[in-house]
Amino acid sequence: MDIGQLFHNLLFDYTLRTVALGAAVIGIVSGALGAFAVLRRQSLLGDAISHAALPGIVIAFLLTRSREPTIVLLGALAAGWAATLSITAIVRTTRIKDDSALGLVLSVFFGFGLMLLTFAQKLSDARQAGLDKFLFGQAATLLQRDVVTMATVGALALGTTLLFWKEFKLLTFDADYAASLGHPVRALDVLLTTLLVIAIVIGLQTVGVVLMSAMLVAPAAAARQWTNRLETMVGLSGLFGALAGVSGALISSAMEKTPTGPVIVLCISAIVLVSLLFAPARGLVWKRLRNFRNQRRIHTAPLQL
Amino acid sequence: MTTTAIEVSDLTAAYKDKPVLWHVDMQAPSGALMAIVGPNGAGKTTLIKAILGLVRPLSGRALIYGKPYPQQRHRVAYVPQRSSVDWDFPTSVLDVVMMGRYGALGWFKRPGSAERRAALDALDKVGMVDFAERQIGQLSGGQQQRVFLARALVQNAEVYLMDEPFQGVDATTERAIVRLLQELRSLGKTVLVVHHDLQTVPEYFDWVMMLNVRSIACGPVSEVFNEQNLRATYGGKIAFLNGNGVGGVQDGYRPALSQPAL
Ligand SMILES: Nc1ncnc2c1ncn2[C@@H]1O[C@H](COP(=O)(O)OP(=O)(O)OP(=O)(O)O)[C@@H](O)[C@H]1O
Ligand SMILES: [Mg+2]
Repeated sequence: MDIGQLFHNLLFDYTLRTVALGAAVIGIVSGALGAFAVLRRQSLLGDAISHAALPGIVIAFLLTRSREPTIVLLGALAAGWAATLSITAIVRTTRIKDDSALGLVLSVFFGFGLMLLTFAQKLSDARQAGLDKFLFGQAATLLQRDVVTMATVGALALGTTLLFWKEFKLLTFDADYAASLGHPVRALDVLLTTLLVIAIVIGLQTVGVVLMSAMLVAPAAAARQWTNRLETMVGLSGLFGALAGVSGALISSAMEKTPTGPVIVLCISAIVLVSLLFAPARGLVWKRLRNFRNQRRIHTAPLQL
Repeated sequence: MTTTAIEVSDLTAAYKDKPVLWHVDMQAPSGALMAIVGPNGAGKTTLIKAILGLVRPLSGRALIYGKPYPQQRHRVAYVPQRSSVDWDFPTSVLDVVMMGRYGALGWFKRPGSAERRAALDALDKVGMVDFAERQIGQLSGGQQQRVFLARALVQNAEVYLMDEPFQGVDATTERAIVRLLQELRSLGKTVLVVHHDLQTVPEYFDWVMMLNVRSIACGPVSEVFNEQNLRATYGGKIAFLNGNGVGGVQDGYRPALSQPAL
């Protein structure tokens, strides 16, 4: 398939257009909110939340016997929330440190989810529902309806982020100072984490629970290389996420039976690699080059005293 | 009679089950330039956080001009310990200083030209205008400290709580900051400073609180800053003050009053 054909399909082929739009929505929302998560050192929290969504998805199906995206998403949302609350509760009440608490919650929820999944797979309608696709994601299963839901929820999440921009910025940079100014930091923290959970849940069907956290961390890491402004970083991060989402979804739908998650993650990894190497100022290549030049200048210049 | 700016009474605070402040009393009169001294882990940071309501006390209370902090926060500015934030955060010096106006701005409003002007003004006072557009990670420790100071100045408060503003600052900058603090005092503001260099306490401050989990002493430097109280605060760890005594520093070399500008 040549490039022209691909673009033609992108515009006029229902499946391809749906997949591309869906992946773009996921990339923008997870990229933008992932930037805050990374700056707040919550990358691991994202990972725990997305793994923890699995039992929520399966339970939602077992209870309703439907795989309506709204129902599945609600299940994932509830489980992601429960995981966040468990982590906070463990850190508050025990001597377990937060990274261990994250690991604990991740493995317990995910293990429980896998067990439920094995059980559900034995029911014939569950196999048809393709619940196992939630592990690594399958973009081809996206319907236009799903994309509309995702876009609506995503737009709400991004709108909220813009509305509370100044508060989120201060919370991320210096929470104690924010509290001293009278900002309700607890509530803001809960709100921002909820938006993160929403960003994760939107992507689960396409990217899968196992690799979703890469969609939060990688675009942000790449974007940080290019800018020293939060506004630009969040914007770029969303852009990189969308780019990786669209290209990954297209590539995987062009190949038979390829799960989407891994391909999207490969795409975003490529963007991260390029950014780490070539971004001006922070890129490794330029840094090396500058060092080399400086050294030569120091060696060749006559010593001036 | 002078009014009391900050009053802490019978304050006990703990992290988990370990008490960090034990029945602490403190009074700072309005217009005082007060040092809080004590060894590492004495609870100085915790005391400031308790005054700001960032740490919930187990008992006792802290009042600002007779009222609890939430009712007075527009009159108070906080300078946190420099190491408490990640300086690689993607933002500029000017942006950080404008954060000092966020409390007054209220929900959903973005900082505009008025905030910008106030921030540049404050940066000018600490000698950092030329760095306004810099990323905060590309500053030296002392410059970062001055950015935090500017952020507090822009709040236009009456009470300033500063956690180790001299940490990692060179002698010239330290003098300049001291001059700034004295300027604040001359405007009638109350300034509380966590300070580590005992030698300079009598020179920089007029009031002092000595803290080591319990409040050892609190009053005018000339009355309470003596060897007996220092021993009670630091245990045996103040041997370097012996010989010429605490006051000896004062009688000896004194830096010129006309300090170099920043
Ligand atoms: N978040 C926390 N959780 C548990 N313990 C803490 C916490 N913060 C401080 N502590 C403990 O409380 C005690 C007092 O700490 P604090 O930071 O108030 O001391 P400090 O006087 O400011 O010390 P320094 O001079 O080192 O800044 C210390 O023993 C410290 O270990
Ligand atoms: Mg401290």
